[in-house]
Amino acid sequence: MQQGASANIRKPEGLQGRGIIAEIKASRIEFVISVPDITTSEGLLRPLSQATTPRLIRVCKEDEGVGICAGLSYTGRRSLLLIQQTGLLDSINAVRGVAVEYGLPICMMVGLLEKEPGVPPTQSRRYGVRIVEPILDAMGIAYHEIEADADVAKIRPAIDEAYAKSWPVVLLIGKRPSDGRHDEA
Amino acid sequence: MAVMMKHDECLRVLARHVTDADIVLPVYSTAFEWVDIRPHPLNYLSHGAMGLASSHALGLALGRPDKRVIVLDGDGSLLMNLGSLVTIGAEAPPNLHHFVCQNGTYEANGGHPIPGRGRVDFAGFARSAGYRAVHEFSDLKIFEQQIGAVLSEPGPVFVDLKITPSGPQERDYTRLHGPHVRKAFRDALATL
Repeated sequence: MQQGASANIRKPEGLQGRGIIAEIKASRIEFVISVPDITTSEGLLRPLSQATTPRLIRVCKEDEGVGICAGLSYTGRRSLLLIQQTGLLDSINAVRGVAVEYGLPICMMVGLLEKEPGVPPTQSRRYGVRIVEPILDAMGIAYHEIEADADVAKIRPAIDEAYAKSWPVVLLIGKRPSDGRHDEA
Repeated sequence: MAVMMKHDECLRVLARHVTDADIVLPVYSTAFEWVDIRPHPLNYLSHGAMGLASSHALGLALGRPDKRVIVLDGDGSLLMNLGSLVTIGAEAPPNLHHFVCQNGTYEANGGHPIPGRGRVDFAGFARSAGYRAVHEFSDLKIFEQQIGAVLSEPGPVFVDLKITPSGPQERDYTRLHGPHVRKAFRDALATL
């Protein structure tokens, strides 16, 4: 299910949080539902928490967010679940039942905790990172790796496709996006 | 609080106060009672995973602030998602009414007791989570007298219903999870 990502180790490049947020807004996302994640904390969640749109909903546990996104989807309002891969793993049954078996457009942006920059997730030394894409493959869920500014252009088409097909999608954030004050490239 | 209400009788009283415009999310044994008592396309029956009904309800309440959203949770289900009380309390949707049908058991899974049966204080949880109003009912006559006013209060409102099972149920889960159920809900919501 992987779409548009290199299978080889690549030189780490810059990834700006503001570019990702611009694509989230351009994707007509009205609600971001989140449990804090260290990978996306400063570059994404912090600025999103200071903005009025999209509306940020802080949840206690990631599977709550799957339910909230499902409810919103029936009302025609778009949402994004911003979490860490540990939260995705914890929510597998909710994703299975709500997103896959019911065929709902649950859009997830998932920070890959401790993934090495430039290393494909499946080649990470971290077990918790390495297993994410094979699990998504087994579940039939599309995913996209976002690790450089050039990858940001994948976001809007991925979200549009999720809503058009009524099917979940996962956007894997492979490094800490810069917060506009520091360049981490 | 010693008196308990019979499950189906309690739901029949509630149904008399639910309007055609309301969205209702019943779970498990309550859902099987409810679809017979109030068959309606705005019954939201497919929650995908145990415990998530209150989270689906929050999404619906946020997405359709013009509609009253009533979730009929179970005590076992709510124990699986206690954090949702805190999230709902924080977001404070004025159109969300959250009922828990407290019978102390996992009724749809063999009738085993919930952890902490008889000691868990769901109303106390909701109160400390920030619900705007919290009620407890164990007497059907009092519930009948007050439910109209309770449903008129701005949410989030939490209502703990102390109930006893109404008897054996025939549980055809396709009535809850079939794709036709979700399509009917989606179509109805789009037109109302």
